[in-house]
Amino acid sequence: MPQRGSVAIVGAAESDLGAVAALMSPIDLMAQGIHRALQDAGLTLRDVDGVFCATTQARTSAMSLVEYLGLPGAYTDSTIVGGSSFEIHVAHAHAALEAGLCNVAVVAYGSTQRTVGRRAASTREYNPYETPFRPFLPASAYALAASRHMFEFGTTREQLAEVAVAAREWARLNPAAWENKPLTIADVLNARPISDPFTVRDCCLVTDGGGAIVMTRIDRARDTAKLPVPVLGWGQCITHAAISSMPDLTHTGAIQSGATAYAMAGMAPADIDVIALYDAFTINTILFLEDLGFCPKGEGGRFVEHGRIGPTGDVAVNTNGGGLSYCHPGMYGLFLLIEAVRQLRIECGARQVAGAEAALVHGNGGVLSAQATVILGGPSTV
Amino acid sequence: MPNAATSPLTAYIEHLEQGELAYQFSPSANAAVFYPRVIAPRTGADDLEWRVSQGLGTVYATTVVHPQQGTPYNVALIDMDEGFRLMSRVEDIAPTAVKIGMRVKFRVHPKEGDEPPYPVFTRSEGV
Repeated sequence: MPQRGSVAIVGAAESDLGAVAALMSPIDLMAQGIHRALQDAGLTLRDVDGVFCATTQARTSAMSLVEYLGLPGAYTDSTIVGGSSFEIHVAHAHAALEAGLCNVAVVAYGSTQRTVGRRAASTREYNPYETPFRPFLPASAYALAASRHMFEFGTTREQLAEVAVAAREWARLNPAAWENKPLTIADVLNARPISDPFTVRDCCLVTDGGGAIVMTRIDRARDTAKLPVPVLGWGQCITHAAISSMPDLTHTGAIQSGATAYAMAGMAPADIDVIALYDAFTINTILFLEDLGFCPKGEGGRFVEHGRIGPTGDVAVNTNGGGLSYCHPGMYGLFLLIEAVRQLRIECGARQVAGAEAALVHGNGGVLSAQATVILGGPSTV
Repeated sequence: MPNAATSPLTAYIEHLEQGELAYQFSPSANAAVFYPRVIAPRTGADDLEWRVSQGLGTVYATTVVHPQQGTPYNVALIDMDEGFRLMSRVEDIAPTAVKIGMRVKFRVHPKEGDEPPYPVFTRSEGV
């Protein structure tokens, strides 16, 4: 088993975001992210011998990226399980670095889904047991989970909206955020309906974007440009692919991925200062706050009331504005890692969480399908 | 070993063409299996046998899809009394009137062109 803190994230950067230049490719954005992240780390492409990446727009993305970067023989992994792919890449890179299969790994993502259109960027596979019913995927799958959460626990439409409002309040402190207009609970409720109970404001953005992080073993990390951010723990759990095969729509694989990550890190929810949860839809944040132990099961809706997870609340969740208001190019998991690194390096300006010493990053892929948790620490944690 | 003569999906569709909602059952696992497979999940048993559902179930989760063009429609997950779950929709009532816990009854949506038949549901009174 890889050891807590034996590797660190030493560089992190976004590529261009939002609406990128015409004919920019997903691999262009990966390369741009890698270039910026290496600069951030004080390393160069010549140092890189591990390539981890995923995008829905290139079937063999590691092959394309190795070619583009001119890194023949690099150790590669293009595991793709939706938006949590990058949290899983961190785990795989940790194991590969510790085993000596590579020495400097980059984890990269790129997407031009806004420019080329969501359908072109991510073609949905035909499922004979679901497609005839025309669910609007992925939104309808999460809407079904929300319906069940409301039924079982009394979660309200307004509580879901609180999640979107908190994300917007954080986004207004992030100059890189796509959305920065004020948003109220009434705005969320009165927006265009998508798949009940969701309106368009319960759903993540559709933007372009990409980025990269750089990882290396902790001994080498001490020589890089900025404070290394050690990887303290991780866990993953895939429970299903299609929503009709999810065992229980109110209990996600985050229960297991989180428990594994906490055990490896030797930490508990109370030790976490910065929480980054994949908020593809407003129900996600509520489900993951519960499943990762920040509140009891069923209490997530009440937990987020009164702006508690916004900038004026006492629990810092999705400080970049999240997939709901900052950016969402389709597989958002990499941006959770970038924000956590910046928070732990105390680089976040107006949205900085005071005394950030530990961050929990939780990626979600598919339709609540692939859950992956990563716990990162500040310099005092190793 | 000879190739399988029929895929799980073909067998399922053939039942629907007979007006039946079929599912699989693994005697060794004592569990219903859906969607149809070539081996049972978890145990890997190859003892899957076909059974025909009585057609009664309960709405487990529900949503109303609002397409940019066209009228809103229901998408639901239905828990069948035999212990399996499937995606479908509840017809003949307003999509917003479909509620979790509602008892529903299977009927077949017939083949249309190249699209095979599929299961839909209506509200079931008193069962």
